[in-house]
Amino acid sequence: MSHAPAQAPRLTAYIQGIGLIGPGLPDWQSGCRALAGDEAYAPRPTDIPAPQGLPPAERRRTGATVQLAVGAAQQAVAAAAIDPQGLPAVFSSSGADGLICHEICESLASADRQVSPTRFHNSVHNAAAGYWSLATGATAASTALCAYDGSFAAGLLEALVLVTVDHIPVLLSAYETVYPAPLHAKRPLPDAFAVALVLTPAPAPNVRAKITASLRSAAAAPDRLPEPQLEALRAAMPAARSLPLLRLLARRQPGEVVLDYLGEHRLAVQVRECR
Amino acid sequence: MTPLVLSHFTATSCIGRGLPATLESLRAQRSGLAPCTFETVTLDTHIGEVPGVDEVRLSATMQRFDCRNNRLAQLGLAADGFIEEVAKCAGRWGPRRVGLFLGTSTSGILETEIAYRHRKPETGALPASFDYAGTHNSYSLAAFAQELLGLTGPSAVVSCACSSSAKVFGSAQRMIAAGLIDAAVVGGVDSLCLTTLYGFHSLQLVSRHPCKPFDIARDGISIGEAAAFAIIERAPASLDSDAILLFGVGESSDAYHMSSPHPEGRGARAAMLQALDSAGLARDDIDYVNLHGTGTPSNDRAEGKAVAAVFADLASAVEASSTKGATGHTLGAAGALEAVICALALRHGFLPGSVHTREVEDALGFEYLCANRRRSIARVLSNSFGFGGSNCALVLGRAQ
Repeated sequence: MSHAPAQAPRLTAYIQGIGLIGPGLPDWQSGCRALAGDEAYAPRPTDIPAPQGLPPAERRRTGATVQLAVGAAQQAVAAAAIDPQGLPAVFSSSGADGLICHEICESLASADRQVSPTRFHNSVHNAAAGYWSLATGATAASTALCAYDGSFAAGLLEALVLVTVDHIPVLLSAYETVYPAPLHAKRPLPDAFAVALVLTPAPAPNVRAKITASLRSAAAAPDRLPEPQLEALRAAMPAARSLPLLRLLARRQPGEVVLDYLGEHRLAVQVRECR
Repeated sequence: MTPLVLSHFTATSCIGRGLPATLESLRAQRSGLAPCTFETVTLDTHIGEVPGVDEVRLSATMQRFDCRNNRLAQLGLAADGFIEEVAKCAGRWGPRRVGLFLGTSTSGILETEIAYRHRKPETGALPASFDYAGTHNSYSLAAFAQELLGLTGPSAVVSCACSSSAKVFGSAQRMIAAGLIDAAVVGGVDSLCLTTLYGFHSLQLVSRHPCKPFDIARDGISIGEAAAFAIIERAPASLDSDAILLFGVGESSDAYHMSSPHPEGRGARAAMLQALDSAGLARDDIDYVNLHGTGTPSNDRAEGKAVAAVFADLASAVEASSTKGATGHTLGAAGALEAVICALALRHGFLPGSVHTREVEDALGFEYLCANRRRSIARVLSNSFGFGGSNCALVLGRAQ
């Protein structure tokens, strides 16, 4: 078996739609203004929209985490003006639904150990992917990843690899919600945050920019945001590790950002052909 | 896809620790399912518990990862010289060029369940010793395995319920195709916990008896636990004739229901057809189908319809079975465990019969095997389906 050339491959895609939900960032349009510096960033608790397209019975079963992930994905798909039915989807999150996890653990620590069936099937890490397919009728492949604090970069890498290898548009949704006490003390995520991207292999009239990603060694420090409150959000939420990239996109500013990934790696993303 | 070689693989489940014990159990059609005495569980059911997990000790530097799931991972990685083979693989390509993609559904949640019994009465706080990142978080499995194996390539956990550790083959294959890595360790680890035992029980999907997949009297699953791993890498120009290859991967979504399969097996059918297409194979190239075959009435009915539709009107009916009567349903580890069982079937020339299944429906549309058959086979398909309508099918085969 021979050694492969050690050159770092580069993964390229066009960003055709963006979704954003976070504290003081109700959607991409308003988030864009804050990230571009057109408006002052004003943090306030995240407002999670009700998901569109689910039958009422299914909608009632969704919790905040599913609503957040699906809400951001719906923004991105609407902006991309793309049919979600055949769109493969990558969902990536550091945790599944923290409230459900807490409720199940409380039940299991009680005398009767009764677990609600709906809570149990909503406790899976891929619940958002499942409800996304129910809301949109999407029958293409979907996946649900976790890479702890590197979950955004892991999701972006998986999505870019799909675009590159299969030459198809791909949806990425990266998201986290808060854990209630007592888990909150062990994993202190401050609020809900989600970012979604529709990534396509070819340029279209409505693309925002072209991005090219490559792995970097951990010697490259991840980019920080100059605005203290946005930087605090980036540092506190795994999905908000995307903010340096979103800031370039908001400013339509070509350049390169280094994003947090895992111990030995960073993910460098070049932004070009901004529109 | 370009076929990739499974240069090494291993499995640990209730039917055996490592390949020789697993092979012996499969050949003897021995089940590892037994009445549940796990932890403080009081359910009347059978489970597939791996003996000796509680006795596993993690090294002093990795204590933050200590939980049943990572103990089972270590037990599994230590079998069949797997750790040494990963070191050789990392030597061939460089540790940064070897990815790590593992599936789990519940990771180390048992630690959290136990911690919730020991909250401080005054504050409700969890014990100081509870380590969220090292045990509870889904990624703890991959973080632990990466440290144990000394790998530094891209890594992620796939957590798509019971399709998780089949889907890792797809993630790794695409990353190799994109040139980011040259090889990957893939696999799955899921361990017994109260969340799944009581959760599946609440959905009335658990049998009191050892599960009997595809039996006309089947009445639910038996939950098991397992750790199964494979090294997959770019195939060299010449391969041994008994080398095992990954030929194809198919993935789909049901878009039907969170916990019930599409009644006609729509997503299952799509995943199987896509796996055949990705392998460049025709239906009649497949010698054996390792079914997801959980043993619930609706799962097996839907999968049966899907398999019958894919393999309809062949000159000789395709042979198929579920191995969950032996191993139990190992949830997020099932895809990798059954891929390894398929690799053993290919290498040793046998088709595993379904343990505990006595009587199957007529006119299934394929031949469901209750007894082992000895026969050389070249191409097999393995199905894994999960909650959320997540489907994955793998095509594996011999190089010949």
